[in-house]
Amino acid sequence: MRSDPLMSRDYRTINYVSGPIMFVQNPIGVSYGETARITLPDGEIRTGQVLDISREMAVVQVFEGTSGVDNSVTNIRFTGEAAQIDVSIDMLGRIFNGVGLPRDGRPNIIPEDTVDIAGTAINPYARDKPSDFIQTGVSAIDALNTLVRGQKLPIFSGSGLPANQLAAQIARQSRVLGEGEQFAVVFVAMGITYKEASFFMNDFERTGALERVVFFMNLADDPTIERIATPRCALSVAEYLAFTHNLHVLVILTDMTNYCEALREISTAREEVPGRRGYPGYMYTDLASIYERAGRIKGKTGSITQIPILTMPDDDITHPVPDLTGYITEGQIVLSRDLFRRGAEPPIDSLPCLSRLMNLGIGPGKTREDHRNVADQLYASYAYGRDLRRLVAIVGEEALTELDKKYLSFADQFERRFISQGDENRSIEQTLALGWDLMASLPEDELKRIKVEYIKRYHPAYRAG
Amino acid sequence: MVKGTIARISGPVVIADAMRGSKMYDVVKVGEEALSGEIIRLEGNQAVIQVYEDTTGLCIGEPVDNTGLPLSVELGPGLISSIYDGVQRPLPVLVEKSGSFISRGIDVAGLDRSKKWAFLPSVKKGDRVAGGDVLGTVQEYHITHKIMVPPDVPESVVSGIEAGDYTVQEPVCHLEGTGPVTLMQKWPVRKGRPYRKKLDPTVPLLTGQRIFDSLFPLTKGGTAMIPGGFGTGKTVSEQTLAKWSDAQIIVYIGCGERGNEMTDVLSEFPELVDPRTGLPLMERTILVANTSNMPVAAREASIYTGITMGEYYRDMGYDVALMADSTSRWGEALREVSGRLEEMPGEEGYPAYLATRLAAFYERAGRVDCIGSGDRVGSVTIVGAVSPPGGDFSEPITQNTLRITGTFWALDTNLAYRRHFPSVNWIKSYSLYIDGLNDWYLENLGPDWEELRDRMMYLLQKEVELQEIVQLVGPDALPESEKAILEVTRMIREDFLQQSAYSDTDSFCPLDKQYWMLKAIQSYDSAMNNAIERGVGLKQVSLLPLRSEIARMKELGSASEIQALAERIKTSIDALEAER
Repeated sequence: MRSDPLMSRDYRTINYVSGPIMFVQNPIGVSYGETARITLPDGEIRTGQVLDISREMAVVQVFEGTSGVDNSVTNIRFTGEAAQIDVSIDMLGRIFNGVGLPRDGRPNIIPEDTVDIAGTAINPYARDKPSDFIQTGVSAIDALNTLVRGQKLPIFSGSGLPANQLAAQIARQSRVLGEGEQFAVVFVAMGITYKEASFFMNDFERTGALERVVFFMNLADDPTIERIATPRCALSVAEYLAFTHNLHVLVILTDMTNYCEALREISTAREEVPGRRGYPGYMYTDLASIYERAGRIKGKTGSITQIPILTMPDDDITHPVPDLTGYITEGQIVLSRDLFRRGAEPPIDSLPCLSRLMNLGIGPGKTREDHRNVADQLYASYAYGRDLRRLVAIVGEEALTELDKKYLSFADQFERRFISQGDENRSIEQTLALGWDLMASLPEDELKRIKVEYIKRYHPAYRAG
Repeated sequence: MVKGTIARISGPVVIADAMRGSKMYDVVKVGEEALSGEIIRLEGNQAVIQVYEDTTGLCIGEPVDNTGLPLSVELGPGLISSIYDGVQRPLPVLVEKSGSFISRGIDVAGLDRSKKWAFLPSVKKGDRVAGGDVLGTVQEYHITHKIMVPPDVPESVVSGIEAGDYTVQEPVCHLEGTGPVTLMQKWPVRKGRPYRKKLDPTVPLLTGQRIFDSLFPLTKGGTAMIPGGFGTGKTVSEQTLAKWSDAQIIVYIGCGERGNEMTDVLSEFPELVDPRTGLPLMERTILVANTSNMPVAAREASIYTGITMGEYYRDMGYDVALMADSTSRWGEALREVSGRLEEMPGEEGYPAYLATRLAAFYERAGRVDCIGSGDRVGSVTIVGAVSPPGGDFSEPITQNTLRITGTFWALDTNLAYRRHFPSVNWIKSYSLYIDGLNDWYLENLGPDWEELRDRMMYLLQKEVELQEIVQLVGPDALPESEKAILEVTRMIREDFLQQSAYSDTDSFCPLDKQYWMLKAIQSYDSAMNNAIERGVGLKQVSLLPLRSEIARMKELGSASEIQALAERIKTSIDALEAER
């Protein structure tokens, strides 16, 4: 009973509208997940998608919202197709709205292909192992939480923290050592302000990267529900660029918290049983269908690397949005308000940070043989120094042993010189050398995490002599 | 065969009309694309179906065909080193058929139909056999794959059996009255395979991981859970266990986790060598992968698919270890389907039957006396990772799993933040198997093992109390003897409990090495206590180069080197004289 050309697929049987959801009566021949075109009494056209369907009723979510929809004149036509987007290499340098229509005043693109925005899962057997080290030029990332091509590494931010600056810096400085191949950036704005979006645009323009960027813009005053489609449209384009045109695509998604709120809005309107904090129980699966669209595929040279940015409400890392994200992504970069106040730039709190794919991208031939050891040692020493700060707050610095005082000053120097770097673009050698300089302030037999041969080779005390 | 039509579609749940005559858990083919699904509820004429593939594009009124069979897996030679999706479709074949992305409605058999296996009979014409008896063997890598009479076959006489090369579908043996037996048998995944009786767990599952083997051991046939927030190392722990456990067969289920993790296992395991057999680890491993973006309903099925394959090898008399990463994703799949069914939710939206389902799954573990003649003892050990939201262990899946598992390895976010790996919290974790294992340790390690372990646990416990005091008054206020305790526990934590999964020498630590490492720390502990009693200061002891030697103990290759170190520690501390 698939779409019969003779059968009318226009309906005026809307009988219930609530929030972004409307119910259409007696839908015949309508399929699950297909898109609908909705014509309002004043002639405005909106798009929607079928969320649930039975013999009596189809539940349709309207991306642009339901204001102005009535239950007598409004016409709804089912297109018979799942939500799709036209894709082309010419999308580079263009700006689109949340559902993939141009918003830069220029004409529509000439499609090379049309793809379903929902995408399909990459067969795990067809995936290729990520292994190329991406040098971001940011020490806290390169040395301690290395980004690898094909990884999804989110930035957990708080309101007012400079996550955008960090993301722009990464996009600007990232390169793979010893290669100069084709890259592209897909930038996805979900519910951010115009100011934030124009920050990125200006930054790309300043560095001359604008021609390599595809923008998808759903700004704060754009329809909320459109945000459900925005990342999927953008990732479909990214997949097309990566796996058909063999580009290395960096996808920046900001802000995932706004996306999750749109998801919650729909779930509430459908009167579903809520999970934690009102977010739907299937949010994990839903987020996974976005984040898992990163990676490499065997036999293709392109790749998709994702940097989603999200705001932790009230800086709470256990909030469902960062929590579920952390369970899906391959690590996280966490920004800290405390470091921000003390002027660190970028204010990366390295203790809760993690890159799960780090080991695939570092070591001899990729970065340097001592990289793993240096990272472990810096971590352990910094963590110990941070613990001591709490102790000092209670008993005072005098009560510490000589060794502990050294750790305390190590932690300070680490934050001041290693984490904080401003606009500097550091090579991995510079980063590791800086790490060694800092560790040299600790006694040599405290460097338990480092192999003796590496100490002999890289420790400043030996290098000098 | 019952044929119905689709009446409603909501995500992975489809309701079909005119399905009277269907049974619960029958497999159905949904829509014109024939997507696989399973009946999970019957209401009058209607059947509620969970579909294992994406339902986008299905229409009201499309056909639904009931196959009349329960969801089953194919069991036979060819399972080992395979990678399957949640309903036993081999992923490499899916790549051949549909390319790098998984498309829908593809029906693929679990076992290769064309491959021939050399069959060697072990019974002859005229012998009487019954369910579970071994008819012969097939060599599958280094595993002797025993071809057994399916469990439900009554006693009958072998009327024909011959050695030769067979595919999995060709009859290798004829039984009077019951017909042919092939290399392959089918078994419904939701039903545990039968055994004669369960045995007490008295043999440890050695993992080469110090904190597991020494402090919180797991047994062959036991169950363990690893809960932890994100980034605490659940997956690394599961993979480490899959690599180094002394089981003969590993079933690794990636249930709702990352695609790149499965790629990691796929690329790493063929290269890694089993320290006990010297063969590639892949040659004892079966992978089941339902990554987080693959269909939710198949996630629910994936752990049953995995454990049924595990039980099959158990019935041959092998020790099987099953890793499920993560059971929380399985529980969430259950919750999602339950929500779509509009069932009354229990705690946090999970269905009220969550606890029952979890218990039923974990109880399929065990060391058993297998059915069939001859004494075969096999085991299935389950290690389930749990991903509690926000790292909060009070949530329903963690709590319900705690009630039914024997070993609890609690991962700790704070330990992970300071890169203490494995980040198992030694205060919260426990093993209920220790008492049952004492005899084994007595026989295989030494009479002082229990005492050694107790002393370490005591010191670690004591450290927590002392740390509280230090937080209040600073370390200088402690007497020498207590400062000594802090020094020893730091050694235990850093030089014994920490173990790098990525180090070549340290990722696998044999039990005798663990024993001597503990002995070395113990000898430092007791020699230092003696020294303090004699009036020797802690400073004097710390001037000896012993601490860094202990720190590098992990990298030493042999137990005898550590044994020598333990003795050297004692003599050099004993030689110190009190300062006056």
